[in-house]
Amino acid sequence: MKDKHLIELIDVSKAYGGDVALSHVDLYIKDGEFLTLLGPSGCGKTTMLRLIAGFIMPDEGRIEMDGVDIANTPPYLRKVNTVFQKYALFPHLNVFDNIAFGLKIHGADKAVVKRKVESMLELVNLKGYGARYVEQLSGGQQQRVAIARALVNEPQVLLLDEPLGALDLKLRKEMQVELKNMQQRLGITFIYVTHDQEEALTMSDTIVVMKDGVIQQIGTPTDVYNEPKNPFVADFIGESNIIPGIMLQDYKVRMNGVVYDCVDKGFGRNTEVDVVVRPEDIDIVPAEGARVSGKAVSVVFMGVHYEVDVDCGGYEWIIQTTDYVERGQAVGISIPPDAIHIMKKTKQTNLFDAVAYPDDGEVEFCSQRFACAGLDAFETKDDVLVAIAPADVLLVPPEESVLTGVVRACMFLGTHYEVTITCDEEDWIAYSQEYMESGEEIGISVPADKIAVSANETN
Amino acid sequence: MKRTDAKKPKSAGGMHVRRSVFAYPYVVWMAVFIVAPMLLILYYAFTGDGGLTAGNILQAANWDNMRVLLDSVRFALYTTVLCLLLGYPVAYLLSQMKKATAALLSVFFIVPMWMNFLLRTYAWKVLLGAFSNMLYTESAVLLGMVYNFLPFMILPIYTTLIKLDRSYIEAAADLGANPTKTFLKVVLPLSMPGIISGITMVFIPSTTTFAISQLLGGGKTMLYGDLIYMKFITEQSWNAGSALSVILLVFVLISMTFMKKAERTTGDEGGGRLW
Repeated sequence: MKDKHLIELIDVSKAYGGDVALSHVDLYIKDGEFLTLLGPSGCGKTTMLRLIAGFIMPDEGRIEMDGVDIANTPPYLRKVNTVFQKYALFPHLNVFDNIAFGLKIHGADKAVVKRKVESMLELVNLKGYGARYVEQLSGGQQQRVAIARALVNEPQVLLLDEPLGALDLKLRKEMQVELKNMQQRLGITFIYVTHDQEEALTMSDTIVVMKDGVIQQIGTPTDVYNEPKNPFVADFIGESNIIPGIMLQDYKVRMNGVVYDCVDKGFGRNTEVDVVVRPEDIDIVPAEGARVSGKAVSVVFMGVHYEVDVDCGGYEWIIQTTDYVERGQAVGISIPPDAIHIMKKTKQTNLFDAVAYPDDGEVEFCSQRFACAGLDAFETKDDVLVAIAPADVLLVPPEESVLTGVVRACMFLGTHYEVTITCDEEDWIAYSQEYMESGEEIGISVPADKIAVSANETN
Repeated sequence: MKRTDAKKPKSAGGMHVRRSVFAYPYVVWMAVFIVAPMLLILYYAFTGDGGLTAGNILQAANWDNMRVLLDSVRFALYTTVLCLLLGYPVAYLLSQMKKATAALLSVFFIVPMWMNFLLRTYAWKVLLGAFSNMLYTESAVLLGMVYNFLPFMILPIYTTLIKLDRSYIEAAADLGANPTKTFLKVVLPLSMPGIISGITMVFIPSTTTFAISQLLGGGKTMLYGDLIYMKFITEQSWNAGSALSVILLVFVLISMTFMKKAERTTGDEGGGRLW
């Protein structure tokens, strides 16, 4: 890997008919690195890949390759090649002609085409398969043909859009190793899109974690795993205990009423923070003499380790350990200082554009009227901005509320779940004591005195 | 518990109606209106003077009649080529549009088909007579045929193109093909099943068509369909008419075999076949 920046995305935004797919993204990709775009579906990772491939143009920003802006260059003039999610192998051509497609388009002579295609077939372990048609190949073989078809053009960058998604687990593992080896041997820059965090950790030099069109963290697999920047990254990559805490002073954090030593500083005194502790970093110790003790409420054998849930009164720690404990047994836990990762608290508020109706004591947003106090300063039909804290959003059964939405994500934050709900194209953040399935329908209500109204200056 | 379990299959069996029952009305229809007439044609074609004979066929296969058949095939070829040249771009443009726009526009192609084709052809006769001196020429016949058969070319090609996975086009662009090359190397070959369906659906009906040539050609252009019509209706010679029909049937079967072969070699990806 060289330090040269091969591709740079500068302040790139992209929306599809009002839906933001990417929002002011900056990213550089070094020559020869294996970079993974990781995130849940709809996070913008595929949009970013398609922007680099040239299938779509950004609404704003620049995409530079070797210092030249290529944001508006059509894909056939770019020195990148793509391995498509469903391979997109041409069904009317055999394996040889599929791989030869790019070479022939660029007018390479027959002998060269034959030599290059044959050596590609050898590289992907498909020697002798040239005359077969795509439909005669298994998923794994099609995958290799797709890779060969892209690599034969000797691109500077290979883009891979969830290329292993359609393969079974065993084949996927094999292909992960093969892809990584291939990338190292050929020294080509790989940009790899996946939602599989394990895949990202195994293969990448750099991981870019994304959510809602925004980059959450860029770093090496070790960085991203050990020092997640926010609860989303911690939750998305690996299993974790995420607990709200208070940073009392440098190197001291209080969680769940207990003060722990840690290795972080610079958060100021008595600051609210989120604390991440990986389940494998917690040690189980004898209950006698332990600073923190609790009861093992669940013990599950996972093959290499046991996963033990320890209830310490108010908080349930997930612990991975190779030592067996009995269910119901009283155990002590010990968390070494370097296992405690402190993150700035992500404060979220629900903000909506609304219209005031002071005469009725109501505001209208998300196509619904809500009773609201504190509207005296506004005229009827004034555009206003309402702010509602997630803790004030009440989740009720859908039939009990005029406003209903669909749960899009639910993340455990130690003492409660943070639920993202989409209704009427707006996203709500709410807190809940119970886990909610994605796709579940839920009613939303807000007490009148919890809606903060302010003048909407943008209009 | 056990007893109810044992009962279940029996009661279900009593209620069971074999699905093939629903095909019976059609089978009857087919027997009466397709198989029986065919057998009648064969009967009339190979009998005469109270016995079996190949005389009708041999008589029908004379040079004059074969020239009419060749003429019909020539017309059908012109029609097919013109329909393809006009229809492919239309189908392509429709496939590139938004679904709603395409649906609206395809109404313009489909609505005329709701009208009987004789009515449409009469309309052309009036129009051509009033606004041009084309009426009663070969061009008028060709115009009438292209007009009547064009939708049968557009629809199967459109169906194939609309089903064409966009990722193939992206893959071609990704591998360095500009839009022209992408069209020639990927879109066109992958729409072959639709093209072949279209050709089949235009070529065979236009080989056997009649009435259009009578109405717009004024009897100067005699097509094979007109010839059969003449033998049956004007001359009341069922044996001669049947013999001509059998010859046409054989010709159509041979052409169909070729089309099927072509279809098989292009593979069935895209699935634009209507039958």
